[in-house]
Amino acid sequence: MTDKTNTKVLLVDDEPNILVALEFLVKKEGYQVFKAENGEQALLAMAAHLPEIVVLDVMMPGMDGFEVARKIRAEAQYDKSQIIFLTAKGTQEDRFKGYATGGEVYITKPFDNDDLINTINEVVEFG
Amino acid sequence: MDAGIIIFISIAYVTFLFLIAYLAEKREKAGRSLVNNPVIYSLSLAVYCTAWTYYGSVGRAATSGLGFLPIYIGPAIIAPLWWILLKKIIFISKSQRITSIADFISSRYGKSTWLGIIATLIAVFGIIPYISIQLKAISTSFDLLVTKQSAVYRHAEIPFYLDSALYIAIALAIFTILFGTRNLDPNERHEGLVAAIAFESILKLIAFLTVGAFITFWVYDGFGDLFQKAMDNPGLSRLFSLEAAGINGWEWFWLSFLSMSAVMLLPRQFHVAVVENTNPNHVAKASWLFPLYLLLINIFVLPIAIAGLDQFPSGAQEPDSFVLSLPLAYGKDILALFVGLGGFSAATSMVIVAVIALSIMIGNNLVLPLLLRTQAFQEEQYGNLSGRLLGIRRVSIVVVLLLAYGYFKAVGEQYSLVSVGLISFTAIAQFVPSVLGGIYWKRATKMGALSGLLAGFGIWAYTLPLPTMVEAGLIPIHFMEHGPFGIELLKPHELFGLHGSNHITQAAFWSLLFNCGIYFFVSLYTSQSPLEISQADIFVDIYKYRKGSSDYDIMRRQAKVQDIRILLNRFLGEPRGNLLLNAYENTQRIDLSQQQVAGADLVNYVETHLAGAIGAASAKIIIGSITKEEPISLEEMFKVLEQTKEIMQYSKALEKKSTELERTTRQLKDANEQLKELDRLKADFITTVTHELRTPITSIKALSRIMKETPGLPEEQIQEFLTIVVSESERLTRLINQVLDLEKIQSNQKNWTLAPIDFAEVTEMAYSGLKQLMRDRKIRHELKIENRPIEVMGHNDRLTQVVVNLISNAIKFCNPNEGAIKVNLRQAGDMAILEVRDNGKGIPKKDQKLIFEKFTQLNDETRGKPKGSGLGLFISHSIILQHSGVIYVRSQPDEGTAFLVEIPLLGTGENRGDEE
Repeated sequence: MTDKTNTKVLLVDDEPNILVALEFLVKKEGYQVFKAENGEQALLAMAAHLPEIVVLDVMMPGMDGFEVARKIRAEAQYDKSQIIFLTAKGTQEDRFKGYATGGEVYITKPFDNDDLINTINEVVEFG
Repeated sequence: MDAGIIIFISIAYVTFLFLIAYLAEKREKAGRSLVNNPVIYSLSLAVYCTAWTYYGSVGRAATSGLGFLPIYIGPAIIAPLWWILLKKIIFISKSQRITSIADFISSRYGKSTWLGIIATLIAVFGIIPYISIQLKAISTSFDLLVTKQSAVYRHAEIPFYLDSALYIAIALAIFTILFGTRNLDPNERHEGLVAAIAFESILKLIAFLTVGAFITFWVYDGFGDLFQKAMDNPGLSRLFSLEAAGINGWEWFWLSFLSMSAVMLLPRQFHVAVVENTNPNHVAKASWLFPLYLLLINIFVLPIAIAGLDQFPSGAQEPDSFVLSLPLAYGKDILALFVGLGGFSAATSMVIVAVIALSIMIGNNLVLPLLLRTQAFQEEQYGNLSGRLLGIRRVSIVVVLLLAYGYFKAVGEQYSLVSVGLISFTAIAQFVPSVLGGIYWKRATKMGALSGLLAGFGIWAYTLPLPTMVEAGLIPIHFMEHGPFGIELLKPHELFGLHGSNHITQAAFWSLLFNCGIYFFVSLYTSQSPLEISQADIFVDIYKYRKGSSDYDIMRRQAKVQDIRILLNRFLGEPRGNLLLNAYENTQRIDLSQQQVAGADLVNYVETHLAGAIGAASAKIIIGSITKEEPISLEEMFKVLEQTKEIMQYSKALEKKSTELERTTRQLKDANEQLKELDRLKADFITTVTHELRTPITSIKALSRIMKETPGLPEEQIQEFLTIVVSESERLTRLINQVLDLEKIQSNQKNWTLAPIDFAEVTEMAYSGLKQLMRDRKIRHELKIENRPIEVMGHNDRLTQVVVNLISNAIKFCNPNEGAIKVNLRQAGDMAILEVRDNGKGIPKKDQKLIFEKFTQLNDETRGKPKGSGLGLFISHSIILQHSGVIYVRSQPDEGTAFLVEIPLLGTGENRGDEE
């Protein structure tokens, strides 16, 4: 069992209300939480905190989630960071795009709270 | 009266006729035709009135009262139809150079030689009895004038060399030869003959009217006196009732029908009405002048009959000669001589024209085609044939007249003029199906016409001339009484058991029934040769061919010019042949002496002109002997033509189809593009809407689950989460309302009612509703309204919706850090102008139009993630259109965006126009 308090999770979503819910759930599970409301902020947070997990929204103003993921994957220092896409775009095509850009898992909104947490746990534990 | 005087006067009269003919032909050559007018044409048609009319009608009236009338009622009924019927026949005949009724029928059915022969035989045998009664009339009147008594001797009983009728026949043959066969006219027209005939028509009418007037007004005291005498005499009064006359409606019908067909199809009628016609338009006048002539010549028939019966109650005089014996009885010899001359003219005109017409037929359609088939004739390349052609005609004239004399001597004497004449009418009526069908029914075939004619002619011969021979003693009498071989059903006068009607009626009925039926059914079950098809087409659609020039030059034939020359010289004589070719050279502007080969055009030209001289069937054979049809045969050519026609029609149809298809394809493509675009927009819209739906639901679902599943959650946190849940629910509600709005606007546009409202008030209300939001977002905001109130025709809620939408958009898209929004409402001219300006990133030019379209959402990097359904502006756009206004955008990248709405002010023209 990994030490959750030492595991950093970066939550990225342009909807503040969704961030509220995500933050509460992930914190309650015991992880360290960081937040970003858009792509730029997300990349800054990556650099600052080197989170193990990034929960990344896809449709955001400015840089979208796929773009952010590509940039993360482009840098070796983030090799240990794993990306979980969280999006309202639920088509098969979007899913493939998500995996192609380096996402581990693809969760559609509206998500199930337990599923989300379980997924994060699994990714943290088994990579 | 001395026979010498009568003969002298007759010869003088005939000489006078020649003079008229000579003058007419001289004027024709001078280009001042005497006969080219409708009156002469109508008078020439009166060749219909023969000795039958002149003597026979009175005879008929004396025995059966009004029974003489159908013979004149029929023509009077058909005459108004000439305008259609006769004119068509004339047009056809002129274009095909038809020379006779037999030629007409032969030509229609593929220029058939056999049909020409059969039709000629029917005409000749049909007309011989008719000519015989003219001989009878002339000789009877001659005898009467000489001896002043009728029936002194029977012609049958005296040797032929003592018989006046024979010498009359010979004299008539000579007249006819002189009139009709002096030269060979390529058009078979004889203006001299027509002029003479017209003169004879005048003479016979005047003579008959004179004797009628003499009897009615000199012998008696006018019509009243005569009819009073008749009524007082029971033997005479019966003449005025139809039943007593022994003629019923069935017989009247048939007699009228027979005379209807006779007046057009008798060889001599066809000759004067069609072949000698100079101008088809003459038919119009003739169609009332001719019936008028018939009326005049019949006025005195009944009075003379009554007078004759009154004067000779004992039957001392034959009714057929009342016309002559009445003036003789009163000692008016000069009048009698004049009347005799009238009768002579009636008979001669008929005989001359009829025999000429028959001789043309015999020459062109009977002798020549047979002659042309003999090898010897074909090998005889040189020498003038036109002389031989005329010779054939002269011989046939003599033969016909001698046959007529023979019939007269054997049979004709025992019968009245009318009963013999009707035998001829019935024979001629056999042409009706072939001719009428020929010009109106393309499907009619040669086999149909041939078998119909043969059947009709057979029945005619069996039921009419055969019995007369029985009575003449040529055939045993039991044949008539018990039928051949004792078969009663085949008794000629009661054929197939039909009895009770007069034998003319029943013969006409059976012969025409079989003729028509066989013609019709055989036509249906036989096919036409290519030539038949083309001839049928010309005959039925003659007006089409008259308009189009040489559509029927279907035969691509060639011949040597030299051969054509020889041919023309042989058949028409050198002068006429040269004349024809010169005329051709002149119209075509070519020099034939420079040419070796004559093209199809010249060959057709020569054939039609030859056809005018020798008949269509003969011309076809002759031309065939010198022409080389091009490698493909006519039949093949026809197939090719038919196919080409089909292919052309087919390809035309295809072409039409393909343009149609192209158009449809284009339309489909467009529609498809639109659909695709719509589909794309719809997919985008659905993605957008679902995204917009998923986002609030995500928060609501996640937070409510947290609250439900996390016991002991602090109160403040619950409050915070609940606030979010409520606001996200409201967001959902708004979205759903917008989608519904769109639907409403789309479906309910027509039902809006606009009312005068203050746009300033509307703007103010909407603005103040959003003030708080702008304050919250720290957006500088400003509202400026000039010259209020600003009255417009509008829908309060809808307009409010527009203003809210525009301000909300401005709030969404203004500069996120230092937002600023200006709302300005003013009047300019007739319009109220609302401007909502933000200081956001602006909208690129290319997108400015797009944003008002349904489902369109700017979703690019510069504007970032869309924050709406993409419906707001579209809805606003629709609403403003309903207000007769416009909505548009002014924007420069990085300089903010201004949305402008213009609505007409209250009381302006545009607004009033909208009120209705």
